[in-house]
Amino acid sequence: MLRHKTGSVTEELAVISPSKLLIQNVSKSFRGTAGDVLALDRVSLSVAEGEFVCLVGVSGCGKSTLLNIIAGLEKPDSGTVLADGKPVTGPGRERLVMFQESALFPWLDVLDNVLFGLKLKPNLTRKDRYDVAKYYLELVGLTRFEHANIHELSGGMKQRVALARALAPNPRVLLMDEPFAALDALTREQLYGDLQQIWKARRKTIVFVTHNVREAACLGDRVLLFSPHPGRIQEEFAVDLPRPRDINSVDLAGYASRITRALKNFSGSELAVAE
Amino acid sequence: MKRILFSLVFFSVLIALWEGAFRAKIWSPVLLPAPIQVVQYLENAVTDGTLFHATVITMRRLLVGYFIGILGGLPLGFLTARAKIFHDTIGTLALGLQTLPSVCWVPLALLWFGQSEAAMLFVVVMGTLWSVVIATDTGVRNVPPIYRRAALTMGSKRLHMWFKVILPAALPFIVSGMKQGWAFAWRSLMAAEIFVTILTGFGLGQLLHYGRELSAMDQVIGIMFVIVVIGLLADKIFFSPIERFLHRRWGTSQA
Repeated sequence: MLRHKTGSVTEELAVISPSKLLIQNVSKSFRGTAGDVLALDRVSLSVAEGEFVCLVGVSGCGKSTLLNIIAGLEKPDSGTVLADGKPVTGPGRERLVMFQESALFPWLDVLDNVLFGLKLKPNLTRKDRYDVAKYYLELVGLTRFEHANIHELSGGMKQRVALARALAPNPRVLLMDEPFAALDALTREQLYGDLQQIWKARRKTIVFVTHNVREAACLGDRVLLFSPHPGRIQEEFAVDLPRPRDINSVDLAGYASRITRALKNFSGSELAVAE
Repeated sequence: MKRILFSLVFFSVLIALWEGAFRAKIWSPVLLPAPIQVVQYLENAVTDGTLFHATVITMRRLLVGYFIGILGGLPLGFLTARAKIFHDTIGTLALGLQTLPSVCWVPLALLWFGQSEAAMLFVVVMGTLWSVVIATDTGVRNVPPIYRRAALTMGSKRLHMWFKVILPAALPFIVSGMKQGWAFAWRSLMAAEIFVTILTGFGLGQLLHYGRELSAMDQVIGIMFVIVVIGLLADKIFFSPIERFLHRRWGTSQA
């Protein structure tokens, strides 16, 4: 994967040990018009180093809230989040988020978007940053578009840039909030393949939020089911299939239908079943 | 090429009509001089230096006041967008004063500062400031929260957040506010210069005023022409490139 790099670029691109996450008794409520809503009710969960965990549930079950809390963008009312044994008190570049909308900055071109996080990292020379940014653009297959404006990209390309931007500062945890929900099926399938490959090459701990059961079964080592009102983890499935997984495989469909059945049991019929 | 030709034809016809009206003697030549007389006036004003001198004085007043207005307006707009207390106070004040035609500041400026450069500067600053405050406020409020969140996770905070995320994200709004501020400042400065003789320097407005006093219509029309050209140049040289850049980057429709 890594070509011959020297000095701090090698260091920067080195595959670092992924992080272990420990979430203990996290609760969070929001004030709504119809009184307080308990978005998360004493949720506990541990994610192993380098594990790919998918959180699945209907809209509004608190799975995105949990992701934001892990990211440090929101504070829990009670409970703690530990990353490598250290409590999470705010956002930090060792836990980067990829959002549903690409959240790319339209005033920067593709390369400058990927450079944004790198410029905030100390101890990198200008050349280091460029080398690192170009490495990740190559990884997501967008080298040719480094000087393109964001609005010129398709939805799938935008999410690839967002992925490169999130990977560039070499975080140990990647938090993904329905990153592929707005894409067409074909583009999504391609990205499933790419993401699995990148995950394998870069060894990240990934927490992936989705309402698409099949997507979860395709990507996750484990799939956790969330129930809404109050948000709780109801059930968990270990997906024991070889990688890279094909979303259209029969074995995968078996897992997906089992998970879907379990999900229907406690969340009615609002579920958006995977295509 | 075709477009240049069309506008050339259009303006030639306009000047021909003017020349025709002059030759037909519909109005007295005092009221409507020939185009060539206006050109001769401008030629004289250029060679004896009056025009250059007046333009420099006017532009100095305008640019100094304009930049003070922007430098003050940006931070004030940031404040009103970020804190309720500033929004309810300075924000409301800005909204109110922005509706006041900026030429209305001229009488007050004269009483406060006398017939001085300070009065001119004050009028220009008042023309610029409130538009910039309001545009900055709107721009900052319209920055999608997801940009802030994304930047936060990458380690951006405080000043870096303001300069590298909020400011560029709000730029389309801020630029349109700057453009409006420029228009207000330019108009109010002209009004002020026409009203008020300031002994420290004769600007374009004063030349216009003396053209009327002397019934020198060639001077009046000539100076009006110069004022139009300055307005066009400001747009073409300063604002258009910025707007073109914004359209290209953001992918908004090209006007």
